[in-house]
Formats: sequence, structure tokens, C-alpha cells
Amino acid sequence: MSKVRVLVGTHKGAFVLESDGKREHWDVSGLHFGGWEIFHVKASPVDPNRLYASQCSGWFGQQIQRSSDGGKTWQPVGNKFTYDGVPGTHQWYDGTAHPWEFKRVWHLEPSLTDPDTVYAGVEDAALFRSTDGGETWQELAGLRGHGSGPHWQPGAGGMCLHTIILDPADPQRIFIAISAAGAFRTDDGGQTWRPINRGLHSEYIPEPTAEVGHCVHHIAMHPSRPGVLFMQKHWDVMRSDDAGDSWREISGNLPTDFGFAIDVHAHEPETIYVVPIKSDSEHYPPDAKLRVYRSRTGGNEWEPLTKGLPQSDCYVNVLRDAMAVDSLDACGVYFGTTGGQVYASADGGDSWAPIVRDLPAVLSVEVQTLP
Amino acid sequence: MIQVALPAHLRTLAAIHGDVSLEVKGQATIRSVLDALEARYPMLRGTIRDHVTQQRRPYVRFFACQEDLSHEPPDAPLPAQVVSGAEPFFIVGAIAGG
Repeated sequence: MSKVRVLVGTHKGAFVLESDGKREHWDVSGLHFGGWEIFHVKASPVDPNRLYASQCSGWFGQQIQRSSDGGKTWQPVGNKFTYDGVPGTHQWYDGTAHPWEFKRVWHLEPSLTDPDTVYAGVEDAALFRSTDGGETWQELAGLRGHGSGPHWQPGAGGMCLHTIILDPADPQRIFIAISAAGAFRTDDGGQTWRPINRGLHSEYIPEPTAEVGHCVHHIAMHPSRPGVLFMQKHWDVMRSDDAGDSWREISGNLPTDFGFAIDVHAHEPETIYVVPIKSDSEHYPPDAKLRVYRSRTGGNEWEPLTKGLPQSDCYVNVLRDAMAVDSLDACGVYFGTTGGQVYASADGGDSWAPIVRDLPAVLSVEVQTLP
Repeated sequence: MIQVALPAHLRTLAAIHGDVSLEVKGQATIRSVLDALEARYPMLRGTIRDHVTQQRRPYVRFFACQEDLSHEPPDAPLPAQVVSGAEPFFIVGAIAGG
């Protein structure tokens, strides 16, 4: 019978949750790396027991941990992230020039074909790659150096490269997103990049339709249709049908189109999920009701999913990397909250239950479907 | 042998139990002690001082013989009691975070 493994990164450590295919009873292992912030834990799709974790601390900086046994044991690997050449400057919050400084790794994206190759999205925004299992890291400097870098600004959480999507149909194509610069794409394996933000409209920046400067929160893609992208922007839920060349808004009847997380059903590429959050200055659900919204039409028409979720006095947030799906039938959907719960639905979102609660604030959730 | 006391999180990271005893070649200084420490425990590189600039991380402090050595030049000789092993060289995570 299939198994599911949920990898949870929190403000104070990591947890690994496992269940059989029924997804009714969960074993929780952890706390791993107690006291450290774990921004992200993700597994190699070609070696499910190979995991990578981003571990950091305001005192002691960045670590990368690697596991070869599905998270039972871990080994610190390379933590030297050095920008290529002279880093230059980006804009600070007040618009002044500020030097690029490495702070932490937000997202780790293992290669689709090689367990020793993994990409890291970092703050201040840049993309790094390791081809030796995380021992050494090299910047793909064409992104930061493509020309618009001096105009990038940090979002409230820092100037982070938080989304990395590898195109399963084209190994030369990678999508990334940066708060607050926008989305970018390479078609040559990371040597050259171009912004893909046409159609985004951000009232809060000096030029609302500028080529860069948009606060993209997260992007999701179904692997069967790599040209179709779904985006949760700071405000607005967006869709592209041409690999990011153009975007159109699909917020439709959402109660608010602010939010962080967005994901796609494992078997229905037109079924997408978001968790609306009231506003950028009120990081909690509208009406204090925790609702996942599902669209089965690729956007615009959304239905609230509430069964099993708190519908009063709920003031948690769901962060950008804290939603994931499994590939069982029916598709499982998972998300973690800043209140320390991880909710799961084993029926595509129709009903929910917490599979663990009272963890530290959840920063990331990833899911593996195992044989 | 120089005795180095590490904060709990770095002991856990490097799987160290108790203090570290280090043989330091040449004059014992903050730099030479950290060089020897990082040579034995490579995972500590970047956690106490920056990989490239070698600057002490802002929330890390150095103490010995009831003195704050955090702002001493990295090549200044350490106190004789530290060199003899009578007193440990403390690497401390600053009390911060509210």
C-alpha cells in the first residue's frame, strides 16, 4: 500500500509525518534541529529518501542538512553561499541603494533527474545550485546580473527568492519568483533570464505595470502542463497559459485576493487551491474563518472549503511554501499554519482534519507519495 | 591544550559533547583557535565568523578569564590562562530575542 510522508519546516525545527494511504493515522517524528528555523524541507523526486533541509539561525547563520534515510538521520553539508563577483546593490525599503548580503535559504528544489543536484533560492535574492549533494554551492549569476537587479526591493519578509519550478518537459527551463521583484524564466539552464511579469498590476508600486517590482508570493504548476502557471501575488490571483509570457487575473469571487499559498490538484490540472488572507496588514483569514478556496475551472469561480476547519476566532496565517498535495487517488491536500497546525484533506479538499497541532509556526509543508 | 566552550546549538550541530580540547600550532589567538576548531569541525564554518570576511557574526561573542574579548584583534595573543588550558575560551550566543 502507498505511503505518504509530510515534511514540515517550522520556526523551531522540522518534523516528518508519515501515514499509510488511508491518511487517517499519522506518526510524527521530530523535533529535528530544535531551536533552529527550518525554512524548507524537500525530497528528491528520484530518490525519495534523499532529503534536503534549510536550517538557519539569527545567531549562527545558515546550514544545509541532508538526509539519506528519509529524515531519520541528518548530516550538515555545505553552507557557503558566496555571490558571484561583486554583488552590487538593490533598492532598500526607502529606495536607497543597499548592498546585496546573503541572509538565508528560503527554498530548496531538488533536481527532477539527479539526487545530488539541488537548487537553493536565497535572501538577498539569488539562485544557487549544488551538483554534489549540497556540499558546495555556485550561484547562477545570470539572474541577479540580468540588468534589473538594482531596481529590486525587499518585501516585508526580506528580498527572498522563494519559488523555484523546474520544467519537467524542458530541462533548460526554470521559473523563479522573488519578493518583490517578480517572476523570471530561463530557457537555457540558468545562464540568461528574463522577467515574465506582463499582465501583473500592482497599485502599490510607482509604475503598477512595471517589468519588475511586483511582490509575487508563490507560483504553482501542474507537471502535465508546464506552460500553465498559477500565481498568488501580494494582491491578485493570476494565471498564465504561455509559460509566463502574459498573465491574467483569476481572482473571481474570492473574498479577498491577498494570500500566500497556491497549489494544483495532482490529477486535475484545472483544479487549484488558495487560502485567502484578509490583507497585507492583517495576516489572518477574513471573518476569522479558515477557508481553503478551490476552483475547478482554472480560476475565477471559487468555492469555500470549510468542513473540519475552524470557522470562528481563527487568526492564523498560511505561508507561501506551506501548502502541498499528494498524488494518491483521491488527491490529498495539506497546509500548515502559523498557529502550528498541519491540516490535511484526503478527499481533494472536501473535508479537513488536523494531522498534527501545537507545533511551532509552520513555515513550509512538502508531501511525498511513496510506494 | 586550549579548552573551547561552545553554545549548545553549535555543540548539537557538530555532535560535540562537553568542551573541545584543541592543539593550536604557533601563537594562540582568536584566529588560530577558530582555525583549529573549524579544521576539526568543518560544519562550524560560517557559524561563528563569516566565510569570506572572517568577521565575527554579530550575535556571537568571545569571553575568557571574565573578560569580553569580542572586540580584540583576531591576531592578539590570548591570555596565558587560556593558552595553558586553565581557563576555557568561551564562544557565546548573545542573549537576544526578547
